[in-house]
Amino acid sequence: MTDTVLKLGKYEFNSRLFVGTGKYETLDLMKEALEASGSEVITVAVRRASVGCKPGESLLDYIDQEKYTILPNTAGCYSADEAVRTARLAREMGISDLIKLEVLGDKDTLLPDPVDTLKATEILVKEGFTVLVYTSDDPIIAKRLEDAGATSVMPAGAPIGSGQGILNPNNIRIILETLSVPVIVDAGVGTASDVTAAMELGCVGVLLNTGIAGAKDPVQMARAMKLACESGRLAYLSGRIPKKLYANASSPLKDF
Amino acid sequence: MQITVNGENREYSTGTSLSELLKSIDIDERYVAVELNRKIVPRTQFSEKLLAENDTLEIVTFVGGG
Repeated sequence: MTDTVLKLGKYEFNSRLFVGTGKYETLDLMKEALEASGSEVITVAVRRASVGCKPGESLLDYIDQEKYTILPNTAGCYSADEAVRTARLAREMGISDLIKLEVLGDKDTLLPDPVDTLKATEILVKEGFTVLVYTSDDPIIAKRLEDAGATSVMPAGAPIGSGQGILNPNNIRIILETLSVPVIVDAGVGTASDVTAAMELGCVGVLLNTGIAGAKDPVQMARAMKLACESGRLAYLSGRIPKKLYANASSPLKDF
Repeated sequence: MQITVNGENREYSTGTSLSELLKSIDIDERYVAVELNRKIVPRTQFSEKLLAENDTLEIVTFVGGG
């Protein structure tokens, strides 16, 4: 099959699976899982540097930047101001202008704050960032984020780290019909079939972290997610048969 | 002079540059972004930026995240 490359602003990718770097027991294990996932985009968080941040001990030492595009996030930010500050610091690291914008509204659900997410999107777009924005599966706010200039809108399938899969595929379908920017499912993926489901709906990609990092065998799960992403994409491009209420025999009808 | 580094008070001699401070706490400047009194200092200015009494530094880096 020949698939087109995935374009996100000025960036182009062949893999449609985006993976996080959090929650791994060791950086070596993370490196191996990233490799197995076949991902080209990996997310990182911005935090205070600890004293003694030497070469050889930093996360960046475990990420081959020739191979991976680093997508910093604003995870843990609860206001537009905090998220914008974090995004500016991330850009100052001198790697790229990509930002996974995340403005949370509540510590228990980790659901996004739609008002501040929109506010931060407007500011960061104006400042020239390539904004990939995490949102809920609400089609109305998703559209508002596209209108604000987001390069990609990334609805959650289910709450972050919950592993519940795509809870409301109908909303994702409406988002896909309404938006023209690339839609990536971000968060909630628990296992391979969740990734496939998102891709079959027509999402251009899936972003996940816990589903791999939290698995008993993260490296093997990373490979499962990779195959699931490819499967879902292939099925989407192939055009599935419509669902029907009654049977439709596969063998020719009996003629004797 | 007193400088607040990532929320911690530290004592430095007058005229210490940002570069020198980072070196003193074993931080490789290629791995961090820095805010001085909530304003970003470009990496190219680390060595010429002299710190003053009661300055507040926020030094961040990339860590694992989703």
